[in-house]
Amino acid sequence: MDYLLIIISAVFVNNIVLAQFLGVCPFLGVSNKLSTATGMSGAVCFVITLATVVTYLLNRYLLVPFGLEFLQTIAFILVIASLVQMVEIILKKISPSLYQALGIFLPLITTNCAVLGVAITVVSKEFNFGSGPHMMNLAEATVYAIATSLGYGLAMVLFAGMREQLARSSVPAAFKGLPIAFITVGIMALAFLGFSGIV
Amino acid sequence: MSKLALITKGFLKENPTFVLVLGMCPTLATTTSAMNGLEMGLATMFVLILSNIVISLIAPVVPDKVHIPVYIVVIATFVTLLQLLMQAYVPEVYETLGLFIPLIVVNCIVLGRAEAFANKNTVGDSALDGIGIGLGFTVSLVVIGIVREILGSGSVFGWKFIPGDGILAFVMAPGAFIVLGYLMVLFNKLAKR
Repeated sequence: MDYLLIIISAVFVNNIVLAQFLGVCPFLGVSNKLSTATGMSGAVCFVITLATVVTYLLNRYLLVPFGLEFLQTIAFILVIASLVQMVEIILKKISPSLYQALGIFLPLITTNCAVLGVAITVVSKEFNFGSGPHMMNLAEATVYAIATSLGYGLAMVLFAGMREQLARSSVPAAFKGLPIAFITVGIMALAFLGFSGIV
Repeated sequence: MSKLALITKGFLKENPTFVLVLGMCPTLATTTSAMNGLEMGLATMFVLILSNIVISLIAPVVPDKVHIPVYIVVIATFVTLLQLLMQAYVPEVYETLGLFIPLIVVNCIVLGRAEAFANKNTVGDSALDGIGIGLGFTVSLVVIGIVREILGSGSVFGWKFIPGDGILAFVMAPGAFIVLGYLMVLFNKLAKR
């Protein structure tokens, strides 16, 4: 039941793009076409989950016992950057087809603040479900990471669908491109605001 | 480019928010009020100036293959410094801006300036570039913050001049996207004149 609440909260109520403003740059950058949006969502899902688990363990068993929490930012970004590089190399060797599909999106992910954002959130924020406020354990952190990236994928795919329509409709010159995209995302966020209160 | 142009380009010609459209996450998330926008802008400027200076100094000796990781470590070091300073001297500001202070590490403006300017210019020019782009970013955040604060809570910099609650949606997530969209339209219109 707790896990279900985490999932609903992360996908709909606190959607990472529409409510938490993380990963907005790639969200706008690759949502021009539905196919690239799906590809990027897949890659982000993979990296966020992996990065969250690794940084969680790093924080729990290395940084906290030695009193090095102030190194969190540096340590996390290094782990994420090398993780992305490693995933790229391993994927190329093991599954060339998946590498082909995700290939171009992987390097972009290092600078996606959603990855670092989720990694920092799970180790620093108190969490209100189940047995009162507590820090997330590894299982909860993993579920949270997967659910958050699903929310990212959902927002991205929905928006890409709308953007393909937008490209064909006529909008005033000053609104063309990003301005109208921002306003559309705003209206979408307004719709997602309707989910608040269900968890 | 003249020294003055380096400082003023951030306002219009290379405005990081409205022209380059970089660093959108903190722009949207921290502009719930004019004051928050100002604080976020100054925090980013701090990192931007210092990392520009150091990167312009070390760029000639950094091997090309590892330059991105090296730059990220430099930036992350200054962000950590900023985090410690803010926790010590302005803990309540650190509390309000929260997650978005560590996230300056992945703010594309900072790495973008390192790549596009600091690694091929002198220390002095890089520092001025940091000041210019930082000022442009700060001003944009304050403008967005002012608009959202007026619409959302009827005040400017905490000074309330419209009684009542305001339109709550403008303080929340949707308002950020909508205000930024319309300000971009305005910027496009004015820039074309």
